[in-house]
Amino acid sequence: MSLQQDVELMRNIPLFAKIEPSKLKLLAFTAERLTFGQGDLVCKQGDEGDSAYIIIDGEADVIVDTANGEVTVATLKKNDFLGETAILCDVPRTATVKAKSDLETLMISKDLFFQLVGQFPSMSIEIMRELARRVERTTVQLREAVSQQA
Amino acid sequence: MERSIYKFVFRYSKREQVFILLFTVLSLPFYYVSLDIPKLIVNNVLSDQVTEADASVAGLDLGMVATDQDVRSFSLFGYDLLDMERLTLLAIYCGMFLLLVLINGGFKYFINVYKGLLGERMLRRLRYQLFSRIMRFPLPHFRRVSSGELIPMVTQEVEPLGGFIGDALALPFYQGGLLITALIFIFMQDFWMGLASISLYPMQGWLIPKLQRTVNLLGKERVKEVRKVSERIAETVQSAEEMHANGMARWELAEFTSRMGRIFEIRYAIYNKKFFIKFLNNFLAQLTPFFFFAIGGYFVIQGSLSLGGLVAVLAAYKDLQPPWKELLNHYQIREDSKIKYEQVVAQFAPTGMREDEIVVGEVVPEPFNGALTTSNLRYDEDGEVLIDGFNVEIEPGQHIALVGGPTSSKDRAVMLLAHLLDPNSGKLRYGDAEAQAMPEVVTGTQIGFVGPSTSLFSASLMDNVIYGLRQAPKGPRDYSDDAARKKMERELGESAKTANSADDVLADWIDLERAGVENREELIEAVRRGLAVADMEDDVYQLGLRGRLDPETRPEAAKRLLEARSLLESRLLEDSYRGLVEPFDRDAYNTNATVGENLLFGTPVGDDFDLDRLPENEYVMSVLAKVDLVDEFLSIGHEVAQTMVELFADLPPDHEYFGQFSFISLDDLPEFQTLLRKVERDGLEELEENERLMFMALPFKMAPARHRLGLIDNAMQDRLLEARRAFAEDLPESLKGSVEFFDHDLYNTASSLQDNILFGKLAYGRAQAQAKIGDLISDVIENLGLRIVVVEVGLDFEVGIGGARLSSAQRQKTAIARAVLKRPQMIVLSEATAALDGSAQTTILKNIREEFSDRTVIWAMHRPSQAKNFDEVLVMADGKIVEKGTYDELVEKKAVLADLIGAE
Repeated sequence: MSLQQDVELMRNIPLFAKIEPSKLKLLAFTAERLTFGQGDLVCKQGDEGDSAYIIIDGEADVIVDTANGEVTVATLKKNDFLGETAILCDVPRTATVKAKSDLETLMISKDLFFQLVGQFPSMSIEIMRELARRVERTTVQLREAVSQQA
Repeated sequence: MERSIYKFVFRYSKREQVFILLFTVLSLPFYYVSLDIPKLIVNNVLSDQVTEADASVAGLDLGMVATDQDVRSFSLFGYDLLDMERLTLLAIYCGMFLLLVLINGGFKYFINVYKGLLGERMLRRLRYQLFSRIMRFPLPHFRRVSSGELIPMVTQEVEPLGGFIGDALALPFYQGGLLITALIFIFMQDFWMGLASISLYPMQGWLIPKLQRTVNLLGKERVKEVRKVSERIAETVQSAEEMHANGMARWELAEFTSRMGRIFEIRYAIYNKKFFIKFLNNFLAQLTPFFFFAIGGYFVIQGSLSLGGLVAVLAAYKDLQPPWKELLNHYQIREDSKIKYEQVVAQFAPTGMREDEIVVGEVVPEPFNGALTTSNLRYDEDGEVLIDGFNVEIEPGQHIALVGGPTSSKDRAVMLLAHLLDPNSGKLRYGDAEAQAMPEVVTGTQIGFVGPSTSLFSASLMDNVIYGLRQAPKGPRDYSDDAARKKMERELGESAKTANSADDVLADWIDLERAGVENREELIEAVRRGLAVADMEDDVYQLGLRGRLDPETRPEAAKRLLEARSLLESRLLEDSYRGLVEPFDRDAYNTNATVGENLLFGTPVGDDFDLDRLPENEYVMSVLAKVDLVDEFLSIGHEVAQTMVELFADLPPDHEYFGQFSFISLDDLPEFQTLLRKVERDGLEELEENERLMFMALPFKMAPARHRLGLIDNAMQDRLLEARRAFAEDLPESLKGSVEFFDHDLYNTASSLQDNILFGKLAYGRAQAQAKIGDLISDVIENLGLRIVVVEVGLDFEVGIGGARLSSAQRQKTAIARAVLKRPQMIVLSEATAALDGSAQTTILKNIREEFSDRTVIWAMHRPSQAKNFDEVLVMADGKIVEKGTYDELVEKKAVLADLIGAE
């Protein structure tokens, strides 16, 4: 896969949509392409985290360890990103992510991540939007859970 | 040691000195005749008239007679032997002259070589004596004297003494003889003239030494200062870390400057005085002819001396000068040498030196036959009492812990118990043998000592672990043929002549019995056990994985590592490892390796094919030209440069990407920008050779899987494979040794063990590839039982100067393994694990107590709580034992030990 292809691919990811091409090229060159085999752990709940990932191809399960055992809470697909919570607020990984199929990712280190967010306001907005979506989703799930218990 | 250099010279070289003297005297007649022959030729053969007066001017009564033109008399030493033809006579004289030149040259050659040999032997003896005295220094002395001081003394300071020793006797006698002969001649011409010629000698003989003495004192001073400078340099080298950590370069430089200034002052004063002496000498030498002309002229005018006589005296006086100068010169050198010798010897006689018999006494080390007992040991250092009234009795097999604060001197106490320090009074006994008279070979065998920090020897780890087994040669040197045997005998004979050590360093020194083994395989096994006790086995295993193995010497091991390679290869096909490693294949391009690595397809040996500097290599470039890749490399390089400049030009200069990702360093970026503009203007063809090289160097560093620039496409990869083949096929003979090609069926000598098993490149961008493959390699090694092979390679690891390539913890562990390996009756440890982390400390404490369960352990603890479970705890304070008992008892007592534990 060449750099140019990478750039094309990344342009289609909403997160990077508004970044100018030359910066995208630098990002593609410096961000590491990381491939996981099926069943590999991308990150493990409770571990220290220093990078976030963008899924380029394949699917991954988000698994949370609860008192009742492991629960798969979501499945991530192409163009989703994961692992940003740990690097945004310096907490251990909040969930385990396991490759459901062979998984192609773009790994973005903590430093690179903050640089990007600082340089490209559009990216910050995109991330905020995604986080808000997640909060909203969690709230819905919580409401359902509470009503089920009641 | 002899107090003065003359005592040293006469004690060890009386016979040789006399021999040199005799030989010198023997050479004199030939020398005189050879001087004489030119005169004979002139006077007897060539001149028409030979007079009595001419002969006497020459100072020799040659007894020549006036003869007719064609027949001359062949005469020697005043005797006419034969009358013969003039030409024949010329031929005879010339022949004799040539012969005498040869004889004289021969004498000179022989005497010089002999003098050199004697000087060198004496020097060797002196150096050996000095070094063997270092062995006898009491240990605390090494805190007062630095290696920077000792090294120049043993090496260059004594060097000139060798030259002096060869001349010590012969020169004054020989030159003195010449001087006296000339003087006698002058006196025979005229008594008063004789007196005149020596009139200034008393003055010279009195004044010059007086002046010389001040020069010598300055010389002494200078030697001391230079010694201090070398000590200073040694210190700076040793504490470079502290110097940088405190930013002290400026102060260090100022300090060094002041020392250099002092040397300069001294040197300048020496030059002033020395050349004044020279001036005085020359003046006095010229003053004498003044007397000759004044007094002699007066006599000639008065008629009491013939003019011929005066001329003859003047000629003789010319002969007087060289020996006189030589004598004065010799006198100066002699004074210099005397001082140097005395100064050096004085430095090698500290108080408290151990006797030779203790240090190198050759006895069979018998085991101790009872308890270790001390009675009233007292030990001082620099007048301060460190240990006093120290009484213990330690039964064989007892485990004793010593604890105490920093001023307790428990470190000195255990060193006394290990016979490393000599007490000032009191007695130490091992069984019924007294320690004081016990040779170190006994204590070194029966006691294992590990101090708080260990300096290793610059050798392999193995050599360092078995160091303690090399106390004495066990068998003769392994010589292959007669010539080797003769060489050995010559070497040993020569060292015997100078009273050097009679032991052959190349003999077999390893005492296998000491380690309780019978052969090398068992020894390695024993070393491994020792390392395991010291918690170091895994460290050595890791070193081994990164180490190299020579298949020539260990073909079996290499073969088994190839098995590991195949096993790993088959395991890599398993699902969980798929795609993590891209194996080396001669016919396939390795996308995880750089272009340079792909081209070379092997491990570089030496600097010729250094991967970072491959583009500078002429042969590499010629291969590219052969397969027509030069233009491609140029255009790829150009494209890479364009991309890099585009990507990186806007980044701030300190940006981390420059270090991590760019092919182009920040410093080169502007240059490439200029180059790119030039290409844009004039095209690639217009570039100069060195500019082309700058572009062409770029593709070498590219790995397709990593850099993903899409420039090394499949077609290009095929061309590079062609280049790879051409590179290997046409490799010139002179470069054959510079690369070891990858070959699936051959062990690669130049690669590490790990790389040999892997035989490929880890894939970029595969999660946890390194960790997974690392585990797989360990797995394969365990499976095939190859761990011992890896450990063996780890034991070949060169530890560097003082063991600097190991961590301080590893050095300590090595020292512990060394002490365990020689199976002493008793192990003494002085805060030996202080440099280690907590878990290693606990492991080693447990291991040693188990290993020595039926032998004595004496351990000065750095943490009092570790003394738990020892048979007895000795609590020390201010050099005395203040509490004694089991750990629990003493804790119960809530006194000193309890306080120490509380303060931990």
